[in-house]
Amino acid sequence: MITTLHNLALIAVLAPLVGSLIAGLFGKKIGVKGSQLITIAGITVAFFCALSLAKSILIDHIQPLNETIYVWGTSGSYTLSVGFLIDQLTVLMMCIVTFVSLLVHIYSIGYMEGDPGVQRFFCYMSLFTFGMLSLVMANNFLLLFFGWETVGLVSYLLIGFWFKKDSAALGGFKAFIVNRVGDFGFLLGIAVILSYFGTLDYATVFAAAPKFVDSTLSIVSGYEWSTLTVICLLLFVGAMGKSAQLPLHIWLPESMEGPTPISALIHAATMVTAGVYMVARMSPLYNLSPTAMSVVMIIGATGALSLGLLAVVENDIKRVIAFSTMSQLGYMMAANGAGAYEAGIFHLATHACFKALLFLGAGSVIIAMHHEQNLHKMGNLRKYMPITYVTFLIGTLAITAIPPFAGFFSKDTIIEAVHESHVSGAFFAYLCLLIGAFVTAVYSFRALFLAFHTSERMDEETRHHLHETKPVITVPLIILAIASILLGMIIVGPMLFTEPKLMGQTMLVPQQLNVLGEIGKEYHGVFSMVLHGFLGLTFWFTMAGLATAWICYIKKPELPKTIALRFSTFRSILLKRYGFDAFNQLVFVRGTQKLSNFFYYFADAKVIDSWLVNGSGRGIQRIASLVRRVQSGYLYHYAFAMILGIVALLLWIVL
Amino acid sequence: MSYDIPNLVPAFPEMIVFSLGTLVLLVHAFLGQRRPIITYGAVQLIILMSAVFTLSFINEPTMLTFDNMFILDKFAVILKLFIELAVFLCFFYSRVYLADNNMPRGEYYILGLFAMLGMMVLVSSHHFLTLYLGIELMSLPVYAMVAMKRESGIAAEAAMKYFIIGAMASGMLLYGISMIYGATNNLEFSTVATAIANTAPDQKLILIFGLVFIMVGIAFKLGAVPFHMWLPDVYQGAPNAVTLFIASAPKIAALGMVVRLLVEAMPSLQIQWQQDLIAIAILSMALGNFAAIVQANIKRMLAYSSIAHMGYMILGVIAANNQGYAASTFYIVTYSLMTLGSFGLLVLMSRAGYEVENISDFKGLNTRNPWLAFLMLIMMFSMAGVPPLVGFWAKVGVLKALVQVDLVWLAALALLFAIVGAYYYIRVVKVMYFEEPDSEQRYIISNDMQLALTINGLSVLVLGLFPGWLFELCKSAF
Repeated sequence: MITTLHNLALIAVLAPLVGSLIAGLFGKKIGVKGSQLITIAGITVAFFCALSLAKSILIDHIQPLNETIYVWGTSGSYTLSVGFLIDQLTVLMMCIVTFVSLLVHIYSIGYMEGDPGVQRFFCYMSLFTFGMLSLVMANNFLLLFFGWETVGLVSYLLIGFWFKKDSAALGGFKAFIVNRVGDFGFLLGIAVILSYFGTLDYATVFAAAPKFVDSTLSIVSGYEWSTLTVICLLLFVGAMGKSAQLPLHIWLPESMEGPTPISALIHAATMVTAGVYMVARMSPLYNLSPTAMSVVMIIGATGALSLGLLAVVENDIKRVIAFSTMSQLGYMMAANGAGAYEAGIFHLATHACFKALLFLGAGSVIIAMHHEQNLHKMGNLRKYMPITYVTFLIGTLAITAIPPFAGFFSKDTIIEAVHESHVSGAFFAYLCLLIGAFVTAVYSFRALFLAFHTSERMDEETRHHLHETKPVITVPLIILAIASILLGMIIVGPMLFTEPKLMGQTMLVPQQLNVLGEIGKEYHGVFSMVLHGFLGLTFWFTMAGLATAWICYIKKPELPKTIALRFSTFRSILLKRYGFDAFNQLVFVRGTQKLSNFFYYFADAKVIDSWLVNGSGRGIQRIASLVRRVQSGYLYHYAFAMILGIVALLLWIVL
Repeated sequence: MSYDIPNLVPAFPEMIVFSLGTLVLLVHAFLGQRRPIITYGAVQLIILMSAVFTLSFINEPTMLTFDNMFILDKFAVILKLFIELAVFLCFFYSRVYLADNNMPRGEYYILGLFAMLGMMVLVSSHHFLTLYLGIELMSLPVYAMVAMKRESGIAAEAAMKYFIIGAMASGMLLYGISMIYGATNNLEFSTVATAIANTAPDQKLILIFGLVFIMVGIAFKLGAVPFHMWLPDVYQGAPNAVTLFIASAPKIAALGMVVRLLVEAMPSLQIQWQQDLIAIAILSMALGNFAAIVQANIKRMLAYSSIAHMGYMILGVIAANNQGYAASTFYIVTYSLMTLGSFGLLVLMSRAGYEVENISDFKGLNTRNPWLAFLMLIMMFSMAGVPPLVGFWAKVGVLKALVQVDLVWLAALALLFAIVGAYYYIRVVKVMYFEEPDSEQRYIISNDMQLALTINGLSVLVLGLFPGWLFELCKSAF
């Protein structure tokens, strides 16, 4: 049985890689159809392997697999190996990744039609799937980091997919550089782990972690820090970059310059959740550091509210969804911080479905509108695109956590969990998340109303060509819509509350942090949870948001302008996105340029080039021409040199 | 006085070379210049046969014969094998060149063959006389080979210089040997070693004088500073095919000479010869690398580079332990591979009446024959010691040996000189890849030559990726 698991895991991770390599290397030869076929075949294989693994682990309760595939290298006492850990958490992630990836692959056939770089596009997407699978399947930090960097690289490549467009190339740049900041922290965290634990293997590190509770290290002499807190915070810096948490979130809006399927796959459903997954995976470490838990929760919750607010003033349909992604990632992180890792992962799963749905729906709208993304130039699209409208509506209901849609179960639990939590800062986080629910409803329904209701504001030409998109686009929408309705109610019980838990022993929390256990005492099945949900505070906040959006954009369309005038300062803060970009531009971009100029003109050009490099070069040339003069070509000089040599050698020894 | 027939088995490869070589000489005398291919084939066959016999001794225990004058140990077997390989490759590369330049071909092969015999005797010597016999047998044919292109003035001049300086060095070597003999009354290495060990410290002066004169002979053969003066002139003056010969196999034999004389015959004078070798090594690395920079003639440049490389090779001997000797062996073996490759390339690129010898001849080689340029690039990077090529491991080996005997300063100095050295190797690469060729005409080289050169070049790469077995082999010799 173990060998079957082993083989399935290997096939699952290698099939997308093979597809990607073939499409990438032989794309010209096998053509567009061939590349699409081979990559989709690879993903399909991976998807079914993931399903089969999920059945073995989750339903048949086979012992999880944790083994080394091969040793990549050894250095001193460190062994660097490539190995898989296939447990409940892994298979869940594998299913999400391959499922969304498969649908996005199919959707892209329609979306990317006629683009000259289709093969390249499919190659990257499959490569991404490979990287993401290695990330979630790793049993050690090295492979985790490998996957982490692979997805980062592909994300960069795909944001800049239309590299001839300046904004796309710059967006890719920004994503890459901001992620580098995060990865720097992440790598430092891994290095601290390696130096303290002597290994990078998860199981060994987790087993040894309790011994390090009282261990400290000093970064600045005189200040002792808890080793585990330092490790957790450094790893979290990585997660901040990857999962777009404050203040490293600034790259995600720009990432929307990439093709929309990519926004759905990478920048909504999978890659950006890698940070959430990583924190959940490292739960045995985080559990031991209350400080780190608290930081994770506060940063997550703050982001959930403040980044959601930005969506309210955004007019680009994709960016609205991008800000909503950051806000939802904040919810997941807050759940992790509260110790409700399973709720975080649960929200990750439901979010993957409805966010992919929203993005692909937006993509469908964008295609129909001939790449017009401004909400104010849309309106009443439901008349022309009924399928897109219904599915988008389902996605909106799911994200705003209206019972009984998928988002309700996960988000409501997160808010409850943070409410129950005793980690310091929990009350602040709770308030943020609650108000966040209101904000979520406002911006989600605003986008829905502006795009699909209200008056038609597009020009005559566009209106003339408006029609529902093709089945390759709508079918994935329908599948995702069904998942967004059903996924929550099906797995909420086993995932969060009932024993035995779906996730098994993967994310245990100590008794004092066990908020899900507390909530679980009041859980009496899906139906009662839904009923209870209608009475909850969250639901009424959401309803208030819905009502606000309805009044502002349908009932009294002139109202937003009045509000904008009244709260112009606040609005301009939001429009400037709290000034993060301006700050970075001023401090980091300009500062770096200044510093680089100094180093270039003075340190490099003057000191190194002209004094050290060329100076030593000139010196050596001078020595060399002196040496050359000794070689006169006269035989008697040679003989004389020999005699001198003998004398010198003799004196050298004897004296 | 009875006379027993000595055990001839250990000398079997040498006997084959000698007897069959003489036979070929006779045949060649009758065939004359008409069918040089027969001489060529026969000589190559003899080398192969002696290599096969040498190889069959590889796992034999050490054997002494001819009244302890001749030794066959693993060190001798390994050096002989690589000498045979080098000579074989060298003849292979030279065949077309000799025909194109209308040089006396048969003589080249036969002289080379007897020089090889000298090298084999040299590395197998266990007695000062055998050693001297080997040296002279190796040197005399080479003097003639340098002068082989009779109409060339520069070649004649080089041969003359080589011969006179060589005679001086031989004289000094003999003088040194006579002092050792005078002090110890013996010439057999192991007996001499015991005798030296038993000499009272205040009696050692004569031994030290002897040692210094012997070291002159060694340094001359290696081409180490300050006894290197002949080397650039000879490398430049000799026809490419002869330079190829001088630059490869005799260097391997010279290491044999170093080990036999210093390590086996005079281990008790270690402190003295270490001191001298340090001076010689530093001077060689410094002068070789600095002088190579200003050369426009690639043969001269490689000559200075070989001086520097001999400096590096000696570093392993300076460490004076088994690991160091093994590192030196590894160094010399791989160095001869690189030299064969780079000089082989020069030989193959030379046309009738046109010697490739200036660095500018390599201009834009990449457009004229990209594969040759790539092979040259491998050789140059390997000589500069760039990983993952084998030249890197060779340097790592000797430097590691130095660091382990706490000669860190010397290792650091050697590294500094290596940086200087990288300049002129990379310059060749720059010329090949980044400068415009003088003519667009492609270099076309026959397939078998190209194949041999490719194997030669790639072996430098493959050995660099998997250096383990060769290291083990060299280690097993000590």
